[in-house]
Amino acid sequence: MSNETASEGVMVTINGMEISVQPGDLVIDAAERAGAHIPRFCYHPRMSSVGVCRQCLVDIDTGRGPGLQPSCMVPVSEGMVVDTESEGVKRVQEGILELLLINHPLDCPVCDKGGECPLQDQTLTFGPVESRFIEEKRHYEKPIAISDLVYLDRERCVLCDRCTRFAREVAGDPLIHFMQRGNQTQVLTFPDDPFNSYFSGNTVQICPVGALTAKPYRFRARPWDLSEVESTCTTCSVGCRINVQSSRGELLRYQGVDIDSVNHGWLCDKGRFGFEAVNSDERLGTPFVRSDSNPDELVGTDWNTALEAAASALKAASGSSVGVIGGARLSNENAYAWSKFARTVLSTDNVDAQLGDGLCAEMVMSLPRATIDDAATADHVLLLAPDLKEELPVLYLRLRGASQGSTKLIELAPAPTGLTRYTSAAHGYRPGEMGQALDELLGGATGDAMRSGRTVVVIGRPSLADSPGEVEAAVGVAQRLLPEATFLPALRRGNVLGALDMGLAPGVLPGRIANDGSSQAWIDTHWGSIPTERGMDTIAMLEAAASGRLHTLLLIGADPLADVPDRDLVERAFAGVAKIVAVDTFATASVKRADVVLPTTAFAESGGTTTNLEGRISTLGRMVTGPGTVRDDWTIAAELAWRLDADLGLESLPGIWAEIEAVAPSHARCSPSMLSADSEGVLVPLPVVAVPEPDEIADDDADTSEADTSEAEVDEEQAEGAAAVVEAPSVPASVSWSAPALVDPPAVDGYALRLVARRRLYDAAVHTSQASSLAALADDSTLRVHPAELGSLGVESGSRINVTTARATIVLQVTADESVPRGVASMGFNQPGISAAELIDHREPVTEIRIETR
Amino acid sequence: MAHLRGSHRKGREPVTATSIPHAPGFFASETPRVVTQRFDYEDGYTFERAMATGAYEGFKTALTRTPSEVHDEVRAATVLGRGGAGFPAGVKWGFMPPTVWPRYLVVNGDESEPGTYKDRLLMERDPHQLIEGCLIAAYATGLSQCFLYVRGEMPLAHERIAQALNDAYADGLIGKNIQGTNFSLDIILHWGAGAYVVGEETALIESLEGKRGMPRLKPPYFPAAIGLYGQPTIVNNVETLSNLPWILTNGAAAYTAIGTESSPGTRVVAVSGHVKRPGVFEIVNGTTTFRDLLYGEDYCQGIRDDNELKAFVPGGGSAPWFTPEQLDVPFEGRECSAAGSMLGSGAIMVMDETTDIPTAALSLTRFYAHESCGKCVPCREGGTWLEKILTRVVQGRGTSRDLDLLLEVGATICPGDFPHASSSDLGLDATPFPYKMTTICFVGPSAFAPIHSALTLFRGEFEDRLIDDDAAGAIGVPVAISSNPTGEEAS
Repeated sequence: MSNETASEGVMVTINGMEISVQPGDLVIDAAERAGAHIPRFCYHPRMSSVGVCRQCLVDIDTGRGPGLQPSCMVPVSEGMVVDTESEGVKRVQEGILELLLINHPLDCPVCDKGGECPLQDQTLTFGPVESRFIEEKRHYEKPIAISDLVYLDRERCVLCDRCTRFAREVAGDPLIHFMQRGNQTQVLTFPDDPFNSYFSGNTVQICPVGALTAKPYRFRARPWDLSEVESTCTTCSVGCRINVQSSRGELLRYQGVDIDSVNHGWLCDKGRFGFEAVNSDERLGTPFVRSDSNPDELVGTDWNTALEAAASALKAASGSSVGVIGGARLSNENAYAWSKFARTVLSTDNVDAQLGDGLCAEMVMSLPRATIDDAATADHVLLLAPDLKEELPVLYLRLRGASQGSTKLIELAPAPTGLTRYTSAAHGYRPGEMGQALDELLGGATGDAMRSGRTVVVIGRPSLADSPGEVEAAVGVAQRLLPEATFLPALRRGNVLGALDMGLAPGVLPGRIANDGSSQAWIDTHWGSIPTERGMDTIAMLEAAASGRLHTLLLIGADPLADVPDRDLVERAFAGVAKIVAVDTFATASVKRADVVLPTTAFAESGGTTTNLEGRISTLGRMVTGPGTVRDDWTIAAELAWRLDADLGLESLPGIWAEIEAVAPSHARCSPSMLSADSEGVLVPLPVVAVPEPDEIADDDADTSEADTSEAEVDEEQAEGAAAVVEAPSVPASVSWSAPALVDPPAVDGYALRLVARRRLYDAAVHTSQASSLAALADDSTLRVHPAELGSLGVESGSRINVTTARATIVLQVTADESVPRGVASMGFNQPGISAAELIDHREPVTEIRIETR
Repeated sequence: MAHLRGSHRKGREPVTATSIPHAPGFFASETPRVVTQRFDYEDGYTFERAMATGAYEGFKTALTRTPSEVHDEVRAATVLGRGGAGFPAGVKWGFMPPTVWPRYLVVNGDESEPGTYKDRLLMERDPHQLIEGCLIAAYATGLSQCFLYVRGEMPLAHERIAQALNDAYADGLIGKNIQGTNFSLDIILHWGAGAYVVGEETALIESLEGKRGMPRLKPPYFPAAIGLYGQPTIVNNVETLSNLPWILTNGAAAYTAIGTESSPGTRVVAVSGHVKRPGVFEIVNGTTTFRDLLYGEDYCQGIRDDNELKAFVPGGGSAPWFTPEQLDVPFEGRECSAAGSMLGSGAIMVMDETTDIPTAALSLTRFYAHESCGKCVPCREGGTWLEKILTRVVQGRGTSRDLDLLLEVGATICPGDFPHASSSDLGLDATPFPYKMTTICFVGPSAFAPIHSALTLFRGEFEDRLIDDDAAGAIGVPVAISSNPTGEEAS
């Protein structure tokens, strides 16, 4: 493909050098490739060109003689002659920089940007030696807070339109604008309408001067004091590539890294400022065990004592009476260690990385997987998902961007989402009737349109108040009616897809193979004998615990009290088990109930790899040392195994990865050198062509990650490749899944509203509550109901009301919201105040609530 | 009134001609009258008077022909655009891609170039002629929506056009199936919000779309291909369109018989400043000279108090200045360009011997600096800097370095030789002014143009005001201190 377009390149002459460039390239980019850096302020490759700073003017000759033209606006054309270094160009570059500096305060010594400032750098390279401006400079109040996270210093601003363009074009939150005119032009928000965007931090990163600064980083470090390592954000499962920066052993900043396949350099604010949670004083630094004298108290102890207590709690349970919950927040290596620990040491298949709020692991693994790029370039994207703006913000950005092009978004949701206004068609459905609504939708003209083009289906849990079975049945409908479609799982936790790939789900072994006996020969050669009886998922484990059938629960970075959509079930389960062992970074509600607490490393404190929702594996960077005596999960697993008279055989992160490569068929040949070759990461399973030699990897990588090989081919070729290896057991087939049949929707209770419970970006969980700048951004629990429903009930918007389900009666504030459909009530799942989990009974297909005035 | 937009004067007393006493009026002369005939009547703006004096006859003539015949007639008449660039209207219409609809006609009534007030009179005193021009242009180009953008500071024009539109709608001259034909046109009146730069056609389009009035980046160079709402759009000046009814009534041949071959017809000019009779005049295009205009009995009748003429601006505030040496240059685009300036918007500003040139230059520069939209750097920062330096010089606080600094800052806005009024080397007929600029539009260069003219022609008057560094220090003017006073290379 690349060879083809290269032959169609146009020849241009840049500074006397004749080169071939891609048609459509802008002169500024073509020159960069020819080694001529043209200074610029307003130009940003991920946004439309506006040509307002005039810094990139160069001599461009298209046959009518050289003339100064903005190189960020002019595409290359055949025979074009560009001079970026002529006397005239240099004169103008100096002149424009002098003009930019006359009103600039030159307060570089106290400016956060000093040392990494494009204005500073380009002034040194291209600018005048001294200023001839002796007049009074323009003055503004400095700085002003334009949101809770971002400060604006208008004196430093060069009005390049990057932040305002980002807000308008990329984020779709046009909350900052140019105001006033001429020399008084300034960037501002409208009064009482702050720059409350989930993506506001990006404006700080792309600001070419120090005009926009982020509250969490202001005055914390100078760029030359920062150490940096590239990593992947694990706040959610999108997998944005970031630079992790620290100084003196403390995380200080994350900056987005521009990779084509995922984030284009953008981050959400929760991810960007999430380092504050890692730095939190509340982090667990030592192990705890429950006090003998006072059962209400956890007392700090040493690792030896704690591990011994944990080992004895686990030893007391047999394979079927122990449950392992969590692991979706860990690296692949740590998840693999726990998966192996559970199967080989605890002899149990009761493992689940999801907390009853996800999707069936076999379904996710067996569906043909789409990439984010697939979705962003598809003809149609069908959204059967939660509110992506709230849960997977950068995926929202990509899909929003796609909707501005030729991709049509079609949504089926019980209540509007952040993407609704960018859809070409948004369909509602009554909770409980998703499958029927989808069947009707796809049976009609919409379905025909989707079948005639390339369609990607984004699947997730549109509401945690409904049973997951409803989604599974709907996915079955999508599969049946859109046979060519590919699927993108909208699961939220950082490495949930990686954890599932590592076998942290009942009945699934590392590499997306089934633990049903068919893979016994394969796994025996690697792990030895493991139980093949299918274990329980999280909900089943909690049910078993509640009825006294589980002795010990091992929570690995899991907080069921906050995350399982049935609080009552968790309470009963915790009361029913003898021992709870928690491995975590914070004393969450669930950790506080544990008998043994083992503190573990958090993001940027350990290395390894992570997997995003596409199945893209990328490296994690280790930047700082964790607090106190925290340990990596895999060392805890290895040590517990040793205390349980077993040996996991795991000695280092690279060693674990080597084992994953061998054990997990989906991860075969994904070598560390491939992973470190490119920021883009590696999509697994790799299409089988030829085993790349290490020195070919850099060249092959782009091809492998983009190649569109169907699953069937991969499996076949994998099988062939493995067959050539002498005396190895054949590679087991991937897991399979068949959709459940549509069930009749539950009867409508005319007196009740159906609850839609969805997660918000800023909620009560530790990622928000432990990040000091983000904690205040979480809205309190409130129930949103259509004003007409409130009117018919005689309830005033803003009042506190009783909300009753079969489970509980709770008191909530109610807010009238015209965007919520009639017959539905919507609330954030886990907001500060009261969790929706209080209301939900996981056994019910839908959650019916009744509202009464108090 | 569905076709009224931006009417922020709702509920106020009506404006009358007498309520704007400062504006000089129109003076009739013996020359052929193309667009000011109805000015002879005090009530020429009313529907009754207009209909009694042949209004809409040209349009009705047009309706009897095919649109392309009408277009050909206008093309044959060579109606040069009267907004400033002087581009033939008939040719401009032809730039529209032939198969793209909808397409729009936008009337640029945002006349705000310093010294220019002839469109205001054309709108206030003969709105029906303008509306008829819109109808002819719309018919010829096959479009059915027209936006009439009137400058915000012209309430009388706005009110009279609004009334005229209502009357014409009521009479079936605008609207659906006009005069029983299948030609339909809606004219939407839009009131500007008071920004000079909106006179630039792409900024006007942005403003019409409800955005900040900032010029668009070029390319595309002409809105004819991508204009209002991304559709093909013709932007024509008020005077340009006002010529069309006469042309359709009397024929292109009659029109080209007036004036010269390259500049046919008449031209409405506005003279202000130190003449005995400032005002608006209709003059013969191409042959009338500046001497005729400034000294002719039909026109300005000489310099006030019989003073000597010192300098005059021939084509709006941004045009390079002329001195008495150029008095015999005729109103002809290429000849004016060859003499080093441009006809621009038809505004002549006259300065007699008593004029303080630095102050006059400052007055113009201050206007353009203030009117910068702020979009691009050279204009936003450079214009205001020029104003600050010049203010210092005018106030007697400038030093010897300041005059060169003015020219160097100006050279950042307009690099290369200045002005570039003569463009024959580029093979261009019209005068793109100036063609080398670092800004997006002409507002930035316009801030420098008066300084350049004044400094080139009257440098002595500036030098007389300068003080030396000691004196500057004594009155607290900061003196630039070189960071490298010895000029040696740093080791």
